[in-house]
Amino acid sequence: MGRDGRGPLLTRPRRIGRVVGGSVSGGLEVRLDAEVSVEEMGIGRFVTVEGDRRRFLCLVTDVKLKSVSEQVASVPPDYDDPFIARVMGGITTYGVLQVLPTLILPAAPEEPPEPVKTVPAHFSPVYEATAEDLAAVYGDEREAHNFRVGSPLEMPEVPLCIDIRRLVERSNGVFGKSGTGKSFLTRLLLLGIIRSGLASVLVFDMHNEYGWKAEDKARRAEVKGLRQLYRSSVVVFTLDEESSRRRGVRYDSVVEIGYDELEIDDLLLLAEPLHLSGRAPDLMAALERYYGRDWLGRFLGLEDPAERDKLARELGFASSVVGALYQSLGRLKRLNFLKPKADSRAVDLLLGYLRTGRSVVLEFGRTNDLLAYMLVANVLTRRIHRHYVEAKERFLGGAGEDPRPLVVVIEEAHKFLSPAVAQHTIFGTIAREMRKYNVTLLVVDQRPSGIDEEVMSQLGTRIICSLDNEKDLESVLTGVAGRSELRTLLARLDTRQQALVLGHAVPIPTPIRVRDYDETLYRALGTAEAGTLDLERDLFGDGAP
Amino acid sequence: MRALKVGEVVETATSRFTAHCYELHGAPPLGSLVRTGPPGRPVFGLVAAVRTASIDPGRRPVARGREEADPEEIFRQNPHLAQLFRTEFEAVIVGYAENGAVRQTLPPTPPRIHDFVYLCTPQEVTGFTERLDFLGLLLEQASPAPVDELVAAALRQAAGHRPAPEEFLVRAGRELARLLAPNPVRLQLLLRRLKGGA
Repeated sequence: MGRDGRGPLLTRPRRIGRVVGGSVSGGLEVRLDAEVSVEEMGIGRFVTVEGDRRRFLCLVTDVKLKSVSEQVASVPPDYDDPFIARVMGGITTYGVLQVLPTLILPAAPEEPPEPVKTVPAHFSPVYEATAEDLAAVYGDEREAHNFRVGSPLEMPEVPLCIDIRRLVERSNGVFGKSGTGKSFLTRLLLLGIIRSGLASVLVFDMHNEYGWKAEDKARRAEVKGLRQLYRSSVVVFTLDEESSRRRGVRYDSVVEIGYDELEIDDLLLLAEPLHLSGRAPDLMAALERYYGRDWLGRFLGLEDPAERDKLARELGFASSVVGALYQSLGRLKRLNFLKPKADSRAVDLLLGYLRTGRSVVLEFGRTNDLLAYMLVANVLTRRIHRHYVEAKERFLGGAGEDPRPLVVVIEEAHKFLSPAVAQHTIFGTIAREMRKYNVTLLVVDQRPSGIDEEVMSQLGTRIICSLDNEKDLESVLTGVAGRSELRTLLARLDTRQQALVLGHAVPIPTPIRVRDYDETLYRALGTAEAGTLDLERDLFGDGAP
Repeated sequence: MRALKVGEVVETATSRFTAHCYELHGAPPLGSLVRTGPPGRPVFGLVAAVRTASIDPGRRPVARGREEADPEEIFRQNPHLAQLFRTEFEAVIVGYAENGAVRQTLPPTPPRIHDFVYLCTPQEVTGFTERLDFLGLLLEQASPAPVDELVAAALRQAAGHRPAPEEFLVRAGRELARLLAPNPVRLQLLLRRLKGGA
C-alpha cells in the first residue's frame, strides 16, 4: 500500500541526487546524479530527502552548474565528443539543486507533517516527490474542505489542494499585476469556498466578471460565473439594472443607497476623488449637527447660492468653503444608485440572503468608477459588519446562532487599505479584528505596496501572481520566512496561470500552476454540489424558478 | 576455457612482480590481467612492461638477417637462438582473492619466486573488472609503463570481453573522472585513449 493507504505505489520514485551540504535557514545543496539532467529540474519542483530517520519535503529554489575545479572551466573538455560528454557530465561538471526543506513528512498517514528543525545528514538520497507525498501534506482533494487550486509547477499531474477551513478563518489576499489572472484565481477560490459550504461570500464585482459569466481573453471563450455554477446558492444584485439586463445577466435585485445612509467617514474616504478641501471634515460635522441625519440630502438641495451663503454665515464658515463643499459633494449626484430617499429593502434582502447561507455578487454595471465602487463597498460592508457584530454578540450572550462566516471580496484594495485611509474604513477594521465577528476579507489588488503594512501582516493566506515592481514584491512577502528564496521563485513565475500561495491555508509556501477554468472544473464542482446548501426552496418554496 | 600458463615469477615485491615467460616473445599484451600465487589466494596483476633481452648481459645479439626475407627465418636457421634470449614482463599488482572474494587492494604478502603465472580468461577478466576500485590503486603507482597507457589498455581489454563495451567504458570513465577530478587535462587525454579502443 502507498503511504496514505490509497493503493500500491506503482513506481518507486526516481532518485535524482544526494545532499552535499546546507543549513536549515539557507536550504540544502543537492548534487544531481550523473544521469539526471539539470534541464529536467526547474525551480518550484518538489523533492523528498530520505534522511536516516525522517523524510523531508523540499522545494527546489535554484539550479546551479558546478565543476570540480576551476581548470575545467578554463580548459574546457571536448564536449562535442559524445563519449567524453557522457563520462564527464555529472562528475567533472555537475548540477546542483538548491532546495528549501519545508516539512518533515509524517511516518503514518494520520499524523500531521512537522516543521523542519534540522537537516538530513550528508549524502542523504534525494528523490522526486510523488502524488502521495504531496497529498500527505496538502490533503486529499476528495475531502470536502480541501479544494484543488492547481498543481505544483512542473508536476501537472499532481493535484495540490488548499484547506478552505483554514482559508476562511482569516482575511486573505490575491495579488498580481494586471493580466496575470487574478480574477480567474479569485473566482476559483470563491467556488471552493461556496462548494465547501463553510462560508458565504459577498463580492463587490467592479467589472461584472464574477456573477453570471466572464470572458477568458487568452482563450477567447466565455466562462461561467458563480451564479451559473452554483445556481441555488448564489444571488446576483446589481447597481445598474439596465446594464445587467443588456448583458443578459439574471439579477435578483437592484441596490439603491440613500443619502441618509452615508456617513462622514464614508465621504472622507473619498476625499481624493471628490476633491474635498482641508476644511471639509469640520464643515460636514457642522452640517450634520445643524440638519441631523439627512444633512447631505438637505445640503445638496440648496441649489440657490444665496441660501448657501446664508447657511455659511449661520455656521460660521467662509462662503467659499461651503461653496467648494457643495461643488465637491455635487459629484455624488451623477451616481444613479444614490437616491435622496432610497428603498432600503434591497440591502435588507441582501443581508437576509447572507444570513441564510447564500452568497451575493453585487455587479456595478457601467458605474464601475472608483468613486462609486469605494462608496458602495464601504457603506454596504459597514452595515453588514454592524449586523454581524450584533449577531455575534447575541450569540456570545447565549441568544441566537453563531452567524455564518462571511468573506467579503474587494478589488482595488489598496484604495481602501492604504495607510492614509485604512484607519477610517470598515475594511481596515475587519482586517485588523480578524475573524472575531465571523467576517473576513478577500482583497484583490495589483499594488500591494499601497496597502497598510499592519493590514498586510494580518492577511492569513496570500496568493501572489506575477509581480515585477520591487516595492510590491517586498510588501507581499512581509513577515514571511525564507523571503529571499521565495522572491527568486516569485520573480520566475509565468505571467499567466502561475502563483505563489503562502500562509494559513497551506502548510508551506507553494508555487502552483493554477488549474484550468473549464469544463473539467465545472464537472468537478458538479459532483460536489450535494454538499452545498439548497436554499431556493427554503426561501421561496417549491415554486422557485 | 582454462587459463593459459605463461611463465613463472622470478622477482617479486609488495606492489609488483616480474615473470619469466616460457616462450620467447610470449608475454601477454600490455594491460592483460594475469594471475599468480597459490590457487587458494591468487594475486592479480596487470602486464605493465615487457622486456626481451640476452640471458647473458655481456653478450649482445648481432644482426643476422641480411639475406632473409622474413625475420622468422633467422630463428628457424639458428634454433639455439631461442635459448640465448628470454622474455620477461613486469606486472603491477591490482588485487587478490581470498575465500573466493576479490579484493582490489595489495595482498598482505607478495607472490613467491617460481609461482606460476597464468593469463586470465575473459570470464576472470570481466569478473575482476566488475568493480573498478583497482583504478585508484593503479593511478597511484609509479608504474614501469606510463600509467595512463596501462589504464587505457587494461580497460579496453576488459571492455572488449563484454557484450556492451561502450557502457563499461562510460562507467570506467566516470570512475576515472572522479579520481582525476582535480586534473581535467590528464583526464581528458586518458579518456581519448580509452575511446580509441571502443
